[in-house]
Amino acid sequence: MSVFADFDTIMERLASQRLWDFPGGVRPEGQKALSNKHAIETMPIPQKLFIPLKQHIGVDADLVVKVGDYVKRGQALTESHNPFALPVHASSSGTIIEIAPKASSHPSGIEELTVVIETDGKDDTVQYHPISDYLNQPHSALIEAICKAGISGMGGAGFPTHVKSSNVKPIEFLIINGVECEPYISADDRLMREHAWQIRQGIDILAHLLSPKQVLIAVEDNKPEALKTISIACQQQTNYQVISIPTKYPAGGEKQLIQVLTSREVPSDGLPIDVGCLMYNVGTCYAISDAIIEGKPLTERVVTVTGKALSQPKNIWARIGTPVADCISAAGYDRDRQVNPNIIMGGPMMGFTLRSGQCPIIKTTNCLLAPAAKELPTIEQEKPCIRCSACADACPVSLLPQQLFWYSKSKDYDVAEEYNLFDCIECGACAYVCPSEIPLVHYYRMAKADIRQQQLDKEKSEKARIRFESRKARLLAEKKAREEKHRQAAAARKNAMKSDGSNAKDKIAAALARAKAKKAQQATIDKSANDKSGNDQLASNQSVTNNPEQTPANTKENTPDKNEKIAAAIARAKAKKAQQKMSSDIPLEKSAESNEQVTDNNNNQSGNALSKKEKIAAAVARAKAKKAAQQKNNDS
Amino acid sequence: MPKQKRQLNKKIMTAKSSSSPHHHIQRGTGAVMRIVMFACIPGIALQTFFFGYGILIQVLLAMATAVIAEATILELRKKPVEHALKDCSALVAGLLLAICLPPLAPWWIVVIGTCFAVVIVKQLYGGLGYNLFNPAMAAYVMLLISFPVQMTSWLPPAVLAEQTIGLKDTVYIILTGYTSNGYNLDQLRVAADGLTMATPLDHVKTALTQNLTVEEAINSEIFRGSSGIGWSLVALGYLIGGLALLKLKIINWHIPLSMIMGAVLCASLLYLIDNSIYPGPWFHIVNGSLIVGAFFIATDPVSASTTNNGRLIFGFAIGMWTIIIRTFGNYPDAIAFSVILMNMAVPLIDYYTRPRTYGHKVKAKSISKE
Ligand code: SF4
Ligand code: SF4
Repeated sequence: MSVFADFDTIMERLASQRLWDFPGGVRPEGQKALSNKHAIETMPIPQKLFIPLKQHIGVDADLVVKVGDYVKRGQALTESHNPFALPVHASSSGTIIEIAPKASSHPSGIEELTVVIETDGKDDTVQYHPISDYLNQPHSALIEAICKAGISGMGGAGFPTHVKSSNVKPIEFLIINGVECEPYISADDRLMREHAWQIRQGIDILAHLLSPKQVLIAVEDNKPEALKTISIACQQQTNYQVISIPTKYPAGGEKQLIQVLTSREVPSDGLPIDVGCLMYNVGTCYAISDAIIEGKPLTERVVTVTGKALSQPKNIWARIGTPVADCISAAGYDRDRQVNPNIIMGGPMMGFTLRSGQCPIIKTTNCLLAPAAKELPTIEQEKPCIRCSACADACPVSLLPQQLFWYSKSKDYDVAEEYNLFDCIECGACAYVCPSEIPLVHYYRMAKADIRQQQLDKEKSEKARIRFESRKARLLAEKKAREEKHRQAAAARKNAMKSDGSNAKDKIAAALARAKAKKAQQATIDKSANDKSGNDQLASNQSVTNNPEQTPANTKENTPDKNEKIAAAIARAKAKKAQQKMSSDIPLEKSAESNEQVTDNNNNQSGNALSKKEKIAAAVARAKAKKAAQQKNNDS
Repeated sequence: MPKQKRQLNKKIMTAKSSSSPHHHIQRGTGAVMRIVMFACIPGIALQTFFFGYGILIQVLLAMATAVIAEATILELRKKPVEHALKDCSALVAGLLLAICLPPLAPWWIVVIGTCFAVVIVKQLYGGLGYNLFNPAMAAYVMLLISFPVQMTSWLPPAVLAEQTIGLKDTVYIILTGYTSNGYNLDQLRVAADGLTMATPLDHVKTALTQNLTVEEAINSEIFRGSSGIGWSLVALGYLIGGLALLKLKIINWHIPLSMIMGAVLCASLLYLIDNSIYPGPWFHIVNGSLIVGAFFIATDPVSASTTNNGRLIFGFAIGMWTIIIRTFGNYPDAIAFSVILMNMAVPLIDYYTRPRTYGHKVKAKSISKE
């Protein structure tokens, strides 16, 4: 990998408005003018709100309300102590009429547990708790407030913001992403134009939390107004820099934006923080400012409702949980302009088709797209790949999409992974340019899902296999032990019956030998205890108290262990003896057995007045270490 | 209402388009192929102007054969005919073969060649996208080996010919081997000065075997005046078409550039070694099918390398081989051989030139599991 540009180089280049580039990319028509002309409108409160409990990456939180409860706007519906969980809130006041699984706003259309609120139109709110002097608050309080407000990344996958912000590693660049590179979407554009000041406050809070060396605010150059307003809002801050990014899809991808601004590449198995960067969406900054300065939880967001099947495409402030159907009818949806009813959540490049009009707006919803018949023509039929490599030329992460396609389709998943399938960011640039109209990303998703499933299955079966085998081994061992016992018993009976003389002699000899061995063992242990005298008083005390405990425990264990321990004890005893001898100026006798350390100690001692004390300390340490080791052995 | 909704769901779920991206560039395979065909027009026009109607008839014949052959084989393979025909890839294969053939080659040459290209090289390998070899070039090689006489019978440029032939005679000669008034091809090939005509490449080769120097050979009739310009202008025609393809991003610059570079480098080297027997690079560029090859033939996506570095290697090697085979081989032109040769190397080239993926330290790791 190219060596990363360091901070100063990057700052120099940024100062002279020179950026880096990422490979590939495409330039689809922006179509932003459809929706970005008018100020963001406020939607009337919908009659029913459908609030799914899970709207983001992370774990589920626990429900704290029940059917029939009256809730106010901003009231938490879920709660959890898990640091990865985020609460969701009621986005208007009303009564909970149902809590049931409903079609979710997710590509899979999977059903999620959803709280349905029948609104009363009063829009009563709970008491907010703003933190106005956040500079004097501990970081943990701010992070907790962000968590309590239920803020997740509002541009992409919806990673819980408080988790990202609890980072402890040093940050060079705090990057604020106002790029919004997907065609059609103009939610961030309008937000920056209308609420630049509040975004700036959010950035201030983040900068306070994270203390980056530099804050970079990146906006694509097709949004001159937004660039201007945000520059004005940030002009007093010396270490904030607003940067205009050349328009190219997907410049707003996290990895791509980091590459454009800093030339650094997030390692394939790493995070942006590994290259000193952290990125937030402008919408997230706005929500953070709302949460801290106003104390308001995240209950609404800007959504671009656009497409040529609408008579008035626009941006709206939509409550979280508003059914999509309400949003599009507010923008003048005309069913007749479409061949099939077709609403896309997200942009045309990465968005997904919704299963039903009841799917709600969630925290990550930035766009609803209702294309007219001719606008985004559906692909009639996939044709054979002609290996033209248009896809490879468009891929922003330098993959070889046609090879990935080939191996994904033929289910050669090993090879597909080798071609770095999992580095695909599913941006869709490849499928956008493919002249054979192959839904490449679709194949990659299927392949990825298959591989993940395979891995899961493998892990499962691996676990099962280990369990099975260990059980088999255990049973076998038990059986063997039983057989052995029987055999021995039988042999003993046989022997007893025979009562052969020589045999008896042998037995006696064996018994004698055993007794001797035991004695010797006892002796060494005693010795090791007794040897510790004088200087080693303290240590020996501990040893003595230890040994008795230890020995019985040991004898129960298998023999090799015991032998080892005995050997160790002997060695220790010898070493100590040698040491003592030396310290009392008796000539060294067992030099072969005394280790170097002892000799060293001895040498030191002769010339050192403090030696005695030192020795005591050393002995204490040694004894302690031994004790620890023994305990460990016992434990195991 | 629920029923409606279910229907809606069903519709969306069955539609492939439910997968992103929903946006798509409006240029399908068929469009790409059509643009390639249009880009051939300047070259073909100039060729017609200088060398008569032969090429036009060959092109039409080849394209008609290609469509019929493709439709038949698809029918036999029980594949949808209409879609495959719409992608125009057979037409392009036929067209590219036709512009490489001698303009007055008998009709069965082009028919056999095109059938071979479409049926054997393309469809029997699995159809579009699966063929290892460039169909047009594989067919060309097959024809050259099987019918060497017919494949090397070129006409002199119109201005040099003893008798010019009109459209009618051209049709006659291609279909029957004789013009309407009974001349055969060999008689037509006699130039004004009584020499049998050949392409400049042939000519130089023959001259060299007669111990003439390159200079003497080049000074002969066929290179002089408008006829010499004829060959260069045809090359220029294809160059224009090729540049248009580049501009429209139908092809990448890698293969044409590296191929011409390879040829120039190799030719220059030989030229420096002995300029009396090896013609210079310029000669190689304007004569023969180097330009057509560089922009239209070697760039055939299916059989070319697919990585950028791979394309550079692929093109460069083709350029080199072309000069080497032209110089030392027995055949007059060598694009076809070099292309086929490098087609075989493509899997290897592709494998070793995989680009480094974002966030990876090393170039893609090699297969180490075995
Ligand atoms: S763009 Fe489509 S046709 Fe071309 S190589 Fe990629 S997958 Fe194949
Ligand atoms: S979807 Fe994946 S393979 Fe296709 S261009 Fe994007 S990153 Fe590359």
